[in-house]
Amino acid sequence: MSKSIKMRGGLVLLCLVLALFSLAPTFIDNLPAWWTDSVDPIHRGLDLQGGMHLVLAVDVDKAVESRVDTLIDQTEALLREKDAVYKRIERRQGDRLVVIVYDEEAGRQVESLMAESYPSLEQETLPVAGGFIEKHFRLSDDEIENTRDYAVRQALETMRNRVDQFGVSEPTLQRQSGNRILIQLPGVADPDRAISLLGKTARLEFKMVAEEANLQDAVAGKLEPGTRILYERNVNPSTGAVTETPIVVYDKTALTGDLLADANVRIDTRFNEPYVAIDFNSVGAKRFDQITAANVGKRMAIVLDDTVYSAPVIRERISGGSAQISGSFTSQEATDLAIVLRAGSLPAPVSIMENRTVGPSLGLDSISKGIKSVIVGGILVVVAMVIYYQLSGVVAVIALVLNLIFISALLALLGATLTLPGIAGIVLTVGMAVDANVLIFERIREELRLGKAPKLAIEVGYGKAFLTIIDANLTTLLAALVLFQFGTGPVKGFAVTLSIGIAASLFTAIFVSRVIFNIYLDSRAVKRLSI
Amino acid sequence: MQIIRPDTNIDFVGKRMLAVILSAALILIGLVSLTVKGGPNYGIDFAGGTLVQVLFEEKTDAAAIKQALAGLDLGSMSVQQFGDEASEFLIRVESSSDELKGLSNQIGDSLETGYGPDKVDIRRVEMVGPQVGKDLRSKGIKAIFYAMIGILVYISWRFEFRFAVGALVALIHDVVITLGVFSLFGKEIDLPIIAAFLAIIGYSLNDTIIVYDRIRENLAKYNKESFSFVVNRSINDTLSRTLMTSGTTLLVVLALFVLGGGVIHNFAFAMLVGVLIGTYSSIFVASPLLVFWEQRKASGLAARTE
Repeated sequence: MSKSIKMRGGLVLLCLVLALFSLAPTFIDNLPAWWTDSVDPIHRGLDLQGGMHLVLAVDVDKAVESRVDTLIDQTEALLREKDAVYKRIERRQGDRLVVIVYDEEAGRQVESLMAESYPSLEQETLPVAGGFIEKHFRLSDDEIENTRDYAVRQALETMRNRVDQFGVSEPTLQRQSGNRILIQLPGVADPDRAISLLGKTARLEFKMVAEEANLQDAVAGKLEPGTRILYERNVNPSTGAVTETPIVVYDKTALTGDLLADANVRIDTRFNEPYVAIDFNSVGAKRFDQITAANVGKRMAIVLDDTVYSAPVIRERISGGSAQISGSFTSQEATDLAIVLRAGSLPAPVSIMENRTVGPSLGLDSISKGIKSVIVGGILVVVAMVIYYQLSGVVAVIALVLNLIFISALLALLGATLTLPGIAGIVLTVGMAVDANVLIFERIREELRLGKAPKLAIEVGYGKAFLTIIDANLTTLLAALVLFQFGTGPVKGFAVTLSIGIAASLFTAIFVSRVIFNIYLDSRAVKRLSI
Repeated sequence: MQIIRPDTNIDFVGKRMLAVILSAALILIGLVSLTVKGGPNYGIDFAGGTLVQVLFEEKTDAAAIKQALAGLDLGSMSVQQFGDEASEFLIRVESSSDELKGLSNQIGDSLETGYGPDKVDIRRVEMVGPQVGKDLRSKGIKAIFYAMIGILVYISWRFEFRFAVGALVALIHDVVITLGVFSLFGKEIDLPIIAAFLAIIGYSLNDTIIVYDRIRENLAKYNKESFSFVVNRSINDTLSRTLMTSGTTLLVVLALFVLGGGVIHNFAFAMLVGVLIGTYSSIFVASPLLVFWEQRKASGLAARTE
């Protein structure tokens, strides 16, 4: 056997060994650790293993609004401290802080105080009917942009914390363009729970109850300035029915969940009911101490995302820095609440833009059906090739089998994800892989008809078909690459296997099949080629 | 074994007017169907909406499912039996909700109330908001557009510009007809179908290029013969390969269509139509187009020399 044939045969063998090595972790369970460490099994997409694909949008305008709200609180404190006279401060058009003053002198004072403390705000003066003057302060475009960007980053960070505590293996959390966040949770058993855990804003606030307010008026929409109406959630433990009772609280938040150090689920031994015990950090503990000291005998509402969970009476000053949130939870609700409180609140509410969830049973179904169609399709092609090209058809079939092995191995080695459309891509490559061999065989037949000897016919046939095959496959590859660039999720999976398939089939159809021919012809004097 | 004898010489180019009429008819039927139905029938990927695939433990029917969901304000809704299982259904609602407790959730709850808690298996949920749908649609169109531009450039570089135009016209021909067939059968266009379209583009191109390659080779070989003779000779030379490859590809796509399951069914259908049309177009459209081009150039030359 010539040296060149030996070398090429060796190369094919080496590739085969490498491929089998990298495929072993996918198909065999008990492999030594060094083996499974060096190659991962083939990643299955969410549509095959079941799981959840979510795109969430962070309401960044809300984040800007709450930034302005914080500024309002700070401005109020500042103006009060400096004894500046003003009528009212309010937020307008989302990104504007308006201070209404009585005269120009007060206006100038507010202006200089604000310019000193918040130099980045853009300022504008508008006279209003009734002799008042409005001083407008607007966040600069840069700052709005930063606030939005920060809100998305922080939301991503918080969600990552929550997912980590929720316990999902190999989650993906990515920031997409603008305010969108992509989340993929493979194998999630309870998608509804995952959504509520991820998407809950979890803004915890403590607000004093406005005891003197008239509830009937409040429900009818007549509220004293500085107060608002919220609803307390009550669950009937025996029926599970949820009722809501209105409760009027002061707008001003006494304390927020930002100052929490920890949150844990405990069981109330009296009612055998779970509750969430929270511990404040040192700043929070100090403030909680001051508030409870100042409000003994009054009620404090514990508000989570604008729903009152409980509104206990402060019986005495609480200085230890711990409190509890009870509200007839199930133990799962309590666990989830503790998780979101520990992980921190989202800077702004989120909404669901896209949700694709596949249950595990459907995933398994899809795999078995996909594999079945690959096998049946493969067998049909094998039969057709062997009938049509006889022994040469067998060579093409060997190339085809190697092709399938190489595609799977490349998927494992590149860490690519196999999706259902991906399997379709493989099925398609099986069809197209034989095309290269068909082209070559037809050429060889033509050369044989011209009276060439088998060996020469094969040489010429391969040579003539080569460029055609390259041209045809490169254009298909072009389409696949575009698909990869613009596709999302499952479609990307199709592009990946199609591209890998084209590369692998070029190798097997042109190189491997030729080596087989060469080895076959090298060892004997063949008069008539079975083709 | 041989199906096409080596000396086969069918006059494909001579029948090109017939092909033009057939193609025009196919395209027209598709366009009429598209117009009557008010554009392509977009699936939830592009139109937005909510889709829930449910497997019921006991036998039920669409009317009973609608009954169970009557309490919800879902707007327009369709319930279809899905896949091979008689008790598996696809519920599609045109609206979507960006609330955390979304429509799919409500649908699941209502079905559990109606059929009993463990009798319903929610196997798949897809919710696409209108904004995402719009984004995906523009991405899909962009993908097809850029793929075509790339192909035009590549073929112009490897062959000649007129070959590129011929190939491109054949591609558009294939995609438009497949789109028409989809509309005719009332099938939905969603993301995997765009993938199928691009695969069809790739496949049809594969076929076309192989014939073109032979034309290029034969132009040198038969330099005394007319252009239309060379084109026809080339189509016949490659006919055996064209039929064999189309045959094997059809076999696997057919396997996918029959055995691949409901999720992949429409994809396989698109491929099936595409492979058939793609094979037809590389024999009857892409290459005869070159002849039309040549004739126009010749008559143009003749007009100028007169």
